[in-house]
Amino acid sequence: MTVARFWRENSPRYNLKAARCGNCGKISFPPRTVCPECHRKSIGKMQEFQLSGKGEVYSYSIVHDAPAQFQMQKPYIVAMIKLDEGIMVTGQVIDCELDKVDIGMRVWASFRKLGEEGPGGVIHYGYKFHPEL
Amino acid sequence: MREVAIIGIGQTKFGELWDLSFREIGIQAGLAAVYDANVASEDIEALYVGNMSAGRFIDQEHVAALIADYSGLARDHVPATRVEAAGASGAIAIRQGYFDVASGLHDIVVVGGAEKMTDLPDAAGAAIQDSAADQQWECVFGATFPALHAMIARRHMLEFGTTREQIASVAVKNHKHGSLNPKAQFQKEIKLETVLNSAKVAEPLTMFDCAPLSDGGAAVVMCAMEKARKYTDSPVKILASSQSSDTLALHHRRTITSFQATREAMKKLTRRSGVEVSQIDLAEVHDDFTISELLALEDIGFFKPGEAGKATVDGQTQIGGRVAVNTSGGLKARGDPIGATGVAQIVELVTQLRGEAGKRQVSDAKFGLAQSVGGTGSTVVMHLLGVA
Repeated sequence: MTVARFWRENSPRYNLKAARCGNCGKISFPPRTVCPECHRKSIGKMQEFQLSGKGEVYSYSIVHDAPAQFQMQKPYIVAMIKLDEGIMVTGQVIDCELDKVDIGMRVWASFRKLGEEGPGGVIHYGYKFHPEL
Repeated sequence: MREVAIIGIGQTKFGELWDLSFREIGIQAGLAAVYDANVASEDIEALYVGNMSAGRFIDQEHVAALIADYSGLARDHVPATRVEAAGASGAIAIRQGYFDVASGLHDIVVVGGAEKMTDLPDAAGAAIQDSAADQQWECVFGATFPALHAMIARRHMLEFGTTREQIASVAVKNHKHGSLNPKAQFQKEIKLETVLNSAKVAEPLTMFDCAPLSDGGAAVVMCAMEKARKYTDSPVKILASSQSSDTLALHHRRTITSFQATREAMKKLTRRSGVEVSQIDLAEVHDDFTISELLALEDIGFFKPGEAGKATVDGQTQIGGRVAVNTSGGLKARGDPIGATGVAQIVELVTQLRGEAGKRQVSDAKFGLAQSVGGTGSTVVMHLLGVA
């Protein structure tokens, strides 16, 4: 993934910035320029919205057959997290024993390294989730 | 709209076809279908090719023109179009051919699908499969295509009490069917323990829950029904075609234990064909993972939500059961050369409806359904075929 391709998503990936429709109030993450419910009525009315990063595990898997950029981490937990705002995101669950993760477990988002553009390349950051403190 | 018949079918063996190139695979399937249909090359008015990712698998785009050329159709300047919808690429190609003939634009059209996946190492092939999911918001965070299906499985187990053994039994059944199909990648029966104890891919799914990486091609010849009997005594009719979409990312769905796109496509298929689900004798469904077959069976309406696992264990989806599901062996055992898969489903249905399926023949088969999925239910394409 090139630098620009990652960099332009920094705001939502670093800070969980979503978009809230000024017409119906629906929150979209990643942010959208058009609300999927209101369509053209939402144009120009999408506002930035900060997600709390708190939520619970909706489903999860422990990945053993990992892509190249995750080889050093396997086996790792990947999960769908239902945030308290009702938004669902996909992310790793970290700082958690593999046999401790479960559906319904409370988690918080944390700012972590996601990967890098090869040795000496740009480092990518974004959210991962750890058990509620 | 005119009625559309399938008058010819062809398929290569699926598997690791090291001695065949992409173009040879495409031609072999296409020529087999054309011979079967008994049409001359100058009769062919258009070609559609389903292919997911030749650009990444073999560094070759523009594959419709390539296949047209090497099939000898370039001389006649036959329009050749490639279509892509990840795992549903072949099924979408079938749908384009159907539109073409049904609209009256052309009388005879060839639809093929091909993928050459084993020229790359397995890890590279798996990364390409992952690209059917949302690269920016799923895969970047460590989700893989098997992991997304594993999360579906985990949730299905929680909500319906589906057991790991019930999920695994899909692979056992499909390998049993595959053992009866000489074109299948895997023609060997397996035991439940094989599935449960094979290498973990994404828990709870193991290697034997996942369809393999495959090379292969499949093709059909479509013809206006009113002209089909000029070429064959056993045309098979396309009774209806339907397609639905859903969000690209799995995490944007209201539920992940059901694919709404399958449900919507099934509603349209029923309305357009007038055929009820209870009348369907056999189905080729998109078992890219074992859990996917259970979702398909429940979303199509063969079984109630949460009951497909038990039905599979009870043998209701075997040949001779209530509905014969994936008689070809499915993606799991027949193999899954992605672009060819949706076309191979149609090849199997036609083989069965003609009564030419040999040891795996479903007796007195009249209606056959195909369900093909792109991504984690983001695209679903369905066709209903019947004896003409």
